[in-house]
Amino acid sequence: MNILELQNLRKYYATQKAVDDISFSIPQGSVFGLLGPNGAGKTTLLRMITGIFYPDSGNILFEGKKFDPVEDIPLIGYMPEERGLYKKMKIGEQALYLAMLKGMNRQDAMKKIKDWFVKFEMQSWWNKKVDDLSKGMSQKLQFVITVLHEPKLLILDEPFSGLDPVNSNLIKDEIYKLSQKGTTIIFSTHRMEQVEEICDKIVLVNKGKKILDGSVKQVKIDNKENIFKVGFNELPPRFESNLFKIVDTKDNYLVVKINAAYHPTDVLQEFLSNKASIISFNEIMPSLNDIFIKKVEDTKLARQFEKA
Amino acid sequence: MNKIWLVIKREYLTRVKNKTFILSTILLPLFFIGFIVASAYFSIKSTEHQKIAVEDNNGIFKSSFQSDKVITYDFPTGINADNFKEKGYSAFLFIPEKYNSPHDSISLIANKQLGVDAEEKVKDQINTAIRNKAFLENNINKKVLDSINAINEDDLYKFSTVIKQGDKTQRSNSGLSSAIGYGSGILIYITLFIYGAAVMRGVMEEKMNRIAEVIISSVKPFQLMAGKIIGIAAVGITQLLIWIVLIIGLTTIASSFISHDMLQHAQDVSNSMPNTAGNSAAANFMNAKNTFLEAAPWGLIIPCFLFYFIGGYLFYAALFAAVGSVVNEDPQEAQSLMLPITMPIILSFVIMTTAAGKPDAPISVWGSLIPFSSPIVMMARIPSGSVPAWQIAVSIISLIAGFILTTMLAAKIYRTGILLYGKKVTFKEMGKWLFRKS
Repeated sequence: MNILELQNLRKYYATQKAVDDISFSIPQGSVFGLLGPNGAGKTTLLRMITGIFYPDSGNILFEGKKFDPVEDIPLIGYMPEERGLYKKMKIGEQALYLAMLKGMNRQDAMKKIKDWFVKFEMQSWWNKKVDDLSKGMSQKLQFVITVLHEPKLLILDEPFSGLDPVNSNLIKDEIYKLSQKGTTIIFSTHRMEQVEEICDKIVLVNKGKKILDGSVKQVKIDNKENIFKVGFNELPPRFESNLFKIVDTKDNYLVVKINAAYHPTDVLQEFLSNKASIISFNEIMPSLNDIFIKKVEDTKLARQFEKA
Repeated sequence: MNKIWLVIKREYLTRVKNKTFILSTILLPLFFIGFIVASAYFSIKSTEHQKIAVEDNNGIFKSSFQSDKVITYDFPTGINADNFKEKGYSAFLFIPEKYNSPHDSISLIANKQLGVDAEEKVKDQINTAIRNKAFLENNINKKVLDSINAINEDDLYKFSTVIKQGDKTQRSNSGLSSAIGYGSGILIYITLFIYGAAVMRGVMEEKMNRIAEVIISSVKPFQLMAGKIIGIAAVGITQLLIWIVLIIGLTTIASSFISHDMLQHAQDVSNSMPNTAGNSAAANFMNAKNTFLEAAPWGLIIPCFLFYFIGGYLFYAALFAAVGSVVNEDPQEAQSLMLPITMPIILSFVIMTTAAGKPDAPISVWGSLIPFSSPIVMMARIPSGSVPAWQIAVSIISLIAGFILTTMLAAKIYRTGILLYGKKVTFKEMGKWLFRKS
């Protein structure tokens, strides 16, 4: 069951195609990474999913039905990249106001806010103003406000930017917990190490087009380059082979790239027949970072502006 | 609808609870009343008693000079320009022997300025004395002369202008109605700027604090904009009502504070010095209060004022919101973007100054029909009572249509502008947004 399905979404601005025929689906309960360089069209895509923009063409299906902003918005929690709060408003009142705008009634909202404030040890903040908070503290508050109404779909655009590792982990733990409870989470970021750690499935967009789609594992398998790390007791004397190329040489291991049409077993046999003292043989999977850079460079990093 | 209500409530409550709001709402009427009370107080205090020694060797003046509460005239002997001070006089009036009217000069010698008022009074006395002398020399009986001098012009007749249109007649007082018109026009002009700027700052605050997108993901941009405009309108009405109540209340208290004696004194002072308006503000104000209430067509003025106050605000508020939404961090930018909005408001003010005096001039009529200027200009015309009903109807309908139009256009700019960061927006781009579908 997919909670969200995008079908051939398009959104053109006067000078650029912000989203140009993008389709993908997000399974219920998954942690989904929406990746792309700056200006790839991620924010426009998210704004369409949250009902802020209407697509020029294409469909958005939410829980199998056509997405209706008025009805479905209370089921979505969105923390935009450009986020902030009223600086002069008391924190408690502010949280209550934003929760009620999401459609919660006063009693429920009050109870939920108190629970979260206890959880994050923010009880003493109620009558303070956002002006008095540090950046990390206001980020925590912003997260609480986003998840307060228990959305089915939680959209986080660069959620960890500006957070120290301690607060970063605190929020990461909460995201895990929400995910375990069945909340579907969309992460939009260009920080790949977080994506590898958290996401089940990713989509990579660039210049308004989708260029990658799949599970993290599958994407890595699809993009591996047959590179292996071979460890030795003692490095064997150099020998020529048309089976592989040596990419890197270190004290006690070699990094080799196996040529197409050959298998790791062929390479192992080749080493063994040369009486090399092998102690390990591992495949090196590409990092998402490498894949990201490679894919983006393929489609040209800098976005060209088309003539209006 | 429920969400707009939440927005309105927030906008209203955060502003009304604000210290600046509370201070300005209470201080302004206090300042206004304080000004009137202070000017009344000082006009009484500052008129210190003067004793003037007169050397009148011919005895022409002795019979007609009359001392009053402010100036006492004495005719002592053996006094001259050098010793009047020692004898306890504040000035010495020297009239030459064998005084001959147009050729000789009369001099008032004092060692410090007596003040314009006192000099005027002395001159009045001299004028009367010379006139009396001339009358008597031409065989006019003293008794007749006294009775002529005793006539008070206000007791002779009452003057009024009546406006007649078809079978409808109305008493009018053009000086008063133009004053009311001017006052209402200025009040609407000022409030347009105060509350319009408040809307703009509110929108800029939301954009700069980066909360706009957080809210826009729960409510439609139009709901947020409309909520803000209505909320601030409610603040404006609250403030206006508090001002009215405070001013009426405080005037009542103030007039009971100023004792009847003092008031009478202030009136005497102002009556005996008709040319000096400055120090008789209190007396004038108290007099005027009664005439105001009787003569002006309040039944028309008050509902119209409320309508044009709200209508004018709604017409411009959405435009101010649109400007606020396209401004980035730079306040300088707000200044230049505001220009197309402030120009018509200032122009309306200029037309209003004409309309208050000449309510039926073509520029006043046109200015009061076109919604850009009608809130300010029409209010200047209405107190005259000479505005035909059809003009008021056209003006009201065009203002309502006008604010619906500006709100719709502004909403299109607002919707895009509020989510756009770090980019300077030109008028050309805003024009494109107007004609783009969602």
